[in-house]
Amino acid sequence: MSSQGIILSGLDGDRTWRLADYIKRGGYEALRKIIAEKISADDVIAEVKKSSLRGRGGAGFPTGLKWSFMPRAFPGAKYLACNSDEGEPGTFKDRDILRYNPHSVIEGMIIAGYAMGCERGYNYIHGEIFEVYSRFEEALQEAREAGLLGKNILGSDFSFDLFAHHGYGAYICGEETALLESIEGKKGQPRFKPPFPASFGLYGKPTTINNTETFASIPYIIREGGDAFLALGKPNNGGTKLFSVSGHVNKPGNYEIPLGTPFADLLEMAGGVRGGRKLKAVIPGGSSAPVLPASVMMDCTMDYDSISKAGSMLGSGAVIVMDESTCMVKALERLSYFYFEESCGQCTPCREGTGWLYRVVHRIENGLGRPDDLDLLNSVTANIMGRTICALGDAASMPVQSFIKHFGDEFAFHIEHKKCLVPQDVQREGSKIYVA
Amino acid sequence: MLEIEIDGKQLQVPDGSTVMEAASQVGAYVPHFCYHKKLSIAANCRMCLVQVEKAPKPLPACATPVTNGMKVWTHSEQAVKAQKGVMEFLLINHPLDCPICDQGGECQLQDLSVGYGGVQSRYEEEKRVVGNKDLGPLVSTDMTRCINCTRCVRFTTEIAGLMELGQAFRGEHAEIMPFVEKTIDSELSGNIIDLCPVGALTSKPFRFGARAWEMSRRKSVSPHDSLGSNLVVQVKNDVVKRVLPLENDALNECWLSDKDRFSYEALNGEERLTRPQIKQGGKWIETDWQSALEYVANGLKSVRSEHGAEAIGALVSPHSTLEEMHLLQALVRGLGSDNIDFRLRQTDFSADARRAGAPWLGLNVAEIGSLDRLFIVGSFFRKDHPLVAQRVRQAVKRGLKVSVLNPVIDDWQFKVENKIQVKPSAIAGTLVGVAKALAQKTGQDLAEVFVSAAAGVEADAAALSVANSLASGRQVAVWIGNYAQQHADAASIEAIAQEIARLSKGRFGILGEAANSVGGYLAGSLPSKGGKNAAEMLKAPLKAYVLFGLDAELDTQAGQAAVDTLGKADTVIALSAFKSESALAYADVLLPIAPFTETAGIFVNAEGRAQAFYPVVKTAGEVRPGWKVLRVLGELLGLDGFDFDKVEDVRQIVLGAAQEVDRARLNNALTVDSFALGAAAQGVERVADIPIYAADPIARRSAPLQRTRDGQAPALRASASTVAKLGLEAGGTAKVKSATGAVTVPVVVDDGVVEGSICLAGAHADTSALGGLHGEVSVERV
Repeated sequence: MSSQGIILSGLDGDRTWRLADYIKRGGYEALRKIIAEKISADDVIAEVKKSSLRGRGGAGFPTGLKWSFMPRAFPGAKYLACNSDEGEPGTFKDRDILRYNPHSVIEGMIIAGYAMGCERGYNYIHGEIFEVYSRFEEALQEAREAGLLGKNILGSDFSFDLFAHHGYGAYICGEETALLESIEGKKGQPRFKPPFPASFGLYGKPTTINNTETFASIPYIIREGGDAFLALGKPNNGGTKLFSVSGHVNKPGNYEIPLGTPFADLLEMAGGVRGGRKLKAVIPGGSSAPVLPASVMMDCTMDYDSISKAGSMLGSGAVIVMDESTCMVKALERLSYFYFEESCGQCTPCREGTGWLYRVVHRIENGLGRPDDLDLLNSVTANIMGRTICALGDAASMPVQSFIKHFGDEFAFHIEHKKCLVPQDVQREGSKIYVA
Repeated sequence: MLEIEIDGKQLQVPDGSTVMEAASQVGAYVPHFCYHKKLSIAANCRMCLVQVEKAPKPLPACATPVTNGMKVWTHSEQAVKAQKGVMEFLLINHPLDCPICDQGGECQLQDLSVGYGGVQSRYEEEKRVVGNKDLGPLVSTDMTRCINCTRCVRFTTEIAGLMELGQAFRGEHAEIMPFVEKTIDSELSGNIIDLCPVGALTSKPFRFGARAWEMSRRKSVSPHDSLGSNLVVQVKNDVVKRVLPLENDALNECWLSDKDRFSYEALNGEERLTRPQIKQGGKWIETDWQSALEYVANGLKSVRSEHGAEAIGALVSPHSTLEEMHLLQALVRGLGSDNIDFRLRQTDFSADARRAGAPWLGLNVAEIGSLDRLFIVGSFFRKDHPLVAQRVRQAVKRGLKVSVLNPVIDDWQFKVENKIQVKPSAIAGTLVGVAKALAQKTGQDLAEVFVSAAAGVEADAAALSVANSLASGRQVAVWIGNYAQQHADAASIEAIAQEIARLSKGRFGILGEAANSVGGYLAGSLPSKGGKNAAEMLKAPLKAYVLFGLDAELDTQAGQAAVDTLGKADTVIALSAFKSESALAYADVLLPIAPFTETAGIFVNAEGRAQAFYPVVKTAGEVRPGWKVLRVLGELLGLDGFDFDKVEDVRQIVLGAAQEVDRARLNNALTVDSFALGAAAQGVERVADIPIYAADPIARRSAPLQRTRDGQAPALRASASTVAKLGLEAGGTAKVKSATGAVTVPVVVDDGVVEGSICLAGAHADTSALGGLHGEVSVERV
């Protein structure tokens, strides 16, 4: 964990997740400022818009704009939800935020609740990280006892309740509408849109869902101003961002850096490619983002626009680094298996198609590939993409398409020679280092 | 209104319409599986993807709202490519076993695969196999064929009211299943067979019985409850193979209750009576119609000459046709008797001669959707009227507030706002309390005749909340259920319920027990000149009885006592479609008459709709339609009014040339000259429901229906504290004694039964010995 930013900075001490420690770091100043200066909800949203903060969950949608979609004069309850169900392979940033700086999320959510007139929020926390869930519960209790959460916050007439809700281990619950279904106690399956959550969300009420990191960025924006946040990054890509660097690097971990930092710098921070090997490929934004070959990646800066121009997505900022010992067919087989297992099964193309994709990649990897298999894969992905209720179908298809696009020769070799282009001993050597 | 262009055709649709609805208006067929007009939108099959202008990708027609100026292409290259892509996915794991699939020939997937499927599959891996589920005796499963459209799940949740099915597991492992080890017990379960677009859910009784294209489809009308569901009876080689709904939005919509759907099994069963039989010297001899009818005519003539016409009586099932009811009363009256009745389970006849017309529902079934307050008195509503309950369920979702008064509060699977639970003998008094509170609330005067009774009654909190609910409604209805009609205080209950309807400016209605309960009144099949009613006829023996289409001990309130009475008669002529052990004992002549599938007739349903139907199969064996038998018998007896040769001629006598019910004849008004409340019962009162599959002779002989949960033998149901107070034990057995008999039945704890009373079903061989459906009983542990 390393930080040049705002969320993970100052967390070197002991028990940094405590309220007292957070307050020492300037915590809840933003909230106090809003209450004391009676900043209007519109002004809060304007400040967030100014910051150019984009959703940190993966889609990169401008947060201020999203907040402004919430109906103002809606009679009745409005809800806020925090998506801490990070399940995308490669992503592990929200876990650390909640583990070491839970109050930043709580403060961010209170401010969001204030800005959108929500009376109640839920933080949906990934089911497998129960100790993080427990810690968040403790933080909530601290906040409640300090009068920062609940009825009449800091003596004002603003009230906001916040609850933690732990998931049950399905990747799909990270999809915002499946998350809402799950909070409602139903099977986690995405809803079709429209209607969007801003008009028909949790329990049918207007709801805004943001990522953990997005909320954690809010206190800084209010405290220091939207411009200061924007200045941390680059235009249209405000602020700093956490990158979960994993794979074949010497120092995997979370790195908070300004958006626009060259990838080469991030790789260096992470200790470079392990064993001095050559970089082969990088998935820059979590396993559903298209893979990019090393040459393309080394020219990129880490921000939404640059990665998008290169043909991939910044996504959740999960940077999966692969060195030259990697067999790309095997890597794709594993990824395809994940999407096959995590499809919710609701709509046809994804339910039936993800299994088909996996089986074809699996047979290629196992020396049973056929000459027209790559065309088949491309055709099946084309039939899945854009035809499903949620983005999981797309997420399953993009790795397949990009792996074939950039590393088609490895797949062709596999099909023709019934073995890997990367020699077995190289692969074995590579995985030995990984184990060590 | 919104402007939309579909496939180049301009049209206007109301706000909130979907592309699918708009497309069906211009006749553009969009292929689909999960979409169903009566269910919520799931948008999961993705088959209905269409091209929409400015949309980057194809959109599902079923879930996409129309926006003004939208342009849609349902069969453009982009749309068809998407549809074909989805079809390929649907087929990769679908077994191509159409030749051995019961759905073959009527399968949506099979049909659409012709247009959208590939010639050869590109999927060469192993196909998915899904274990079958036991959904009970009615629905057969082949879950490997399931395409996970979730229509069945949405049906059980939304229409039947209880989530009995769900989609478990994820992704490719997703399976539709009931809760662990549970079956589907809904009384509407058969509809999931129709809804299933593939062969995953098929009819268990029909399984492998015939191919869809081998059967003729013939229209008919359900002979069971008072809704008169419209049927398509499918027939092969003059055998009824299965029954499907005929869509009628005014009545059954596109649904059928399981009773309507599966009772046909009885028609092909062993118990059919197929030849006339005469008992001679204690032995049954099969004979021909001529001799049987002459025997009957001579028997009736000799009773009349020896004992007078008043010694002859006839009981007719309310499930008989209008024509049969008319002819039987004409026959009895022609002989000079007035002893005729179709109200076989009624106990209290004191409203007779005070009625202004035929009692009916008071509104059309389709109007239920616009009610905002409904008060149901004395009804096992969900089981007695499954599809009317379904309509109420949908109306409740739109804001209808339902109140109920009954000794047993069952789960009706919709929200009931106010529940009043009282002992049977306290129903009338409680209603007086509601009326009194309602009068106060609305500032009206209680009708004079109720004032003295009301003086001694205080409305409790529950009665007040019902009164408040009714007072706040704009479209109010007050209904009397089957139980209230069978009740010993039926006339009082009806009188005060009508007063409640008047005070709440609502409409009063009677739900009606059987397919032709209204028709019975219209045909005059009840005493009109001081003749004996059903109860009186079964109390003191007459010399001759004509029983038309009933099982005497099960279809009457008298139970076993009816059999004893009949046993004392000189002659009992039973016309029935079925054999029965007890009829063999008490009858002297058995005449096989046609059930609804083999005869023509009219049922007049609860809303007063006369629905004609015609034979769908030839009569079995020597069976003859009831109206023809009665006509010949009338002629043999030398009576007037029996010379006609078409069933339509009989109809005309009852309904007039229009062959529709003159609405003026439907009238619930009741003259109430005096009103007094009876004393409350002191002991344990019995509440008798009529189990859904025991209610009429056809349903009770349908083997698959009898295997369902609703077909189980009756048990004594009572609240835990009542069970304890009576010294009984849950799961044990109890001996229940009435004035006329005793039965031994299992004990089940059911806290839905009012304190101090027991619920024990009637219309069943296990309980018929008790005789009477009501009154005090003594209960002891066995």
